[in-house]
Amino acid sequence: MLYNEAGQFSISYAGERRLFRLRQDRCALALLLAFAFVVVPFVGNDYWFSAILIPFLVLSLAGLGLNLLTGYAGQLSLGSAAFMAVGAFAAYNFGLRLPGLPLLASLFLGGVTAALVAVVFGLPSLRIKGFYLIVSTLAAQFFVSWALTKFGWFSNDNASGVISAPPLTIFGADFSSPVGRYLLTLGVVAALFWLGKNLVRSELGRNWMAVRDMDTAAAVIGIPLLKTKLLAFALSGFFLGIAGSLWAFTYLGTVEPHGFDLNRSFQVLFIIILGGLGSILGNFLGAAFMVLFPLLLSNLAGALPVGLIDPGQLENLQKFIFGALIIAFLIKEPEGLARLWQRCRERARLWPLRY
Amino acid sequence: MEFFFEVLIGGLLAGVMYSLVAIGFVLIYKASGVFNFAQGAMVLFAALTFVSLHERGMPFWLAFAVTLAAMVAIALLVERLVLRPLVNRSPITLFMATLGLSYMIEGAAQALWGAQVHGLELGISDEPLALGGVLLSQFDLFAAGTAAVLVTALSLLFSKTRIGLSLRAVADDPLAALAVGIRLQRIWAVVWAVAGFVGLVAGLLWGARLGVQFSLSLVVLKALPVLIIGGFSSIGGAIVGGLIIGASEKLAEIYLGPVIGGGLENWFPYVLALLFLLVRPAGLFGERAIERV
Repeated sequence: MLYNEAGQFSISYAGERRLFRLRQDRCALALLLAFAFVVVPFVGNDYWFSAILIPFLVLSLAGLGLNLLTGYAGQLSLGSAAFMAVGAFAAYNFGLRLPGLPLLASLFLGGVTAALVAVVFGLPSLRIKGFYLIVSTLAAQFFVSWALTKFGWFSNDNASGVISAPPLTIFGADFSSPVGRYLLTLGVVAALFWLGKNLVRSELGRNWMAVRDMDTAAAVIGIPLLKTKLLAFALSGFFLGIAGSLWAFTYLGTVEPHGFDLNRSFQVLFIIILGGLGSILGNFLGAAFMVLFPLLLSNLAGALPVGLIDPGQLENLQKFIFGALIIAFLIKEPEGLARLWQRCRERARLWPLRY
Repeated sequence: MEFFFEVLIGGLLAGVMYSLVAIGFVLIYKASGVFNFAQGAMVLFAALTFVSLHERGMPFWLAFAVTLAAMVAIALLVERLVLRPLVNRSPITLFMATLGLSYMIEGAAQALWGAQVHGLELGISDEPLALGGVLLSQFDLFAAGTAAVLVTALSLLFSKTRIGLSLRAVADDPLAALAVGIRLQRIWAVVWAVAGFVGLVAGLLWGARLGVQFSLSLVVLKALPVLIIGGFSSIGGAIVGGLIIGASEKLAEIYLGPVIGGGLENWFPYVLALLFLLVRPAGLFGERAIERV
């Protein structure tokens, strides 16, 4: 009876519609947040912050961005990295061209810019469906990276097209140490996840799911397709754009347009396939997998006797295993890692009974 | 004006090379509705296997036969391990599975044969041929000829043989085809094997031009706008689309490039395909889907 929901009655509409209806969920979330905000900064070391936790948080945010579009609204996209790049370069330019603009405001404006660009490339989605839409997102991918490399203005005429992070200060507090960057990322990601979780259970979120399941039927019951699809592109672009600027500012500290190439788009897509399409929690699980799996594999290869796995082969091996895992997941667990958690929860509800 | 024609014809011939990759794509889409992202990886795998065997002293035709056997083996494995368990899933799931498949094939190809660049010599002279004042590459003409032969052979296969007939039946309605006793699994295996063969031919031609290396698997990205313009289910469309893309991207690079900055070959085909789609959402020869609720 670890997960007993008996006796937890909602006696008001507000109680019924709160984000986490069960007391266990609320407690677990509060504990987790307290742990992430208070305990981790004291126990973690710099390697953990810079090489594992920050990319994990940023990638889960990027996953959330794509999940809104692909997992909830059903529009397949191979251009997520382009919107990340737009976000990063726009945030950089807002910070640069408008001196005195607070960091969070330039992040926000970067996200808004990415949202606008995403809407432009999402416009064809009304007329084009399914696979044909891939070409629109690919056009975004290649056009954005071309434009950012071609026009020096975007990178402030840096010879190699590289932008570097602005000073990470918010209200006078400096966030440029590894712990500070971790806390900044965590704060932004937590806020956006709260927004995302609320979005998908709003009317808009339900419209997205209707469009995903069958857009003709959705149009028939009066859901405005144009608005719903474009909002999916806009919000996905917004989340991806902020993820992109966090990637540039708090994770790498510097970025070039090629840091956001097609492979990054695939990486984000794999996060949501492995984590679970149409699941908020899945983004965290998929991103954790994405960050930890290469580390695990290289450690495993290091632990084996020397010469058994050639270090040069490691990357090929990793690619192969990744591909195999994607296929295995699609066959065995199409709802991704998030489904495993759901199963655990269902087991815990009945524990110690089996049925 | 002569310069214009030279660019145009050069572009048209380059477009034929895109069509070769796109044809493998169309075959699989036509027979199973699977949007096969792994076609580029198959091209890479075929070219890499062939060239590595050839370099180890195997004669040309033997190496060709062995590579073809390997492609058929891959086709059988894909049918058995990927397509069969995923039958009846949504097209997007199948697409993502082929994305995983392309990672697997790329990883396997490079793990087996290494990542270095191999040269490939097919014994076709690359001396330009002067035709009425316009210079043409012999190699491109050869590639165009190969594509023509391939398309003719495939159309004959589709229209004249029993397997072609069942293939069209499966494409039209898999469930109905199953009901009249067509073996879906066998059709899939055959189609993937033929696509592997087309991939091998494309891999040899592309490899002879660019060298056999990882970037071969990226030709799939160039084949996408070709497919979009031609329609996913028409082999003729793949050829026409290839010609349009090849010609327009070269012309754009030459005439538009100086105006808005070079390097627009990378994205121009996509934007062109996009504009095209806005006018004709199913491509030139694609079938228009009728939706009912």
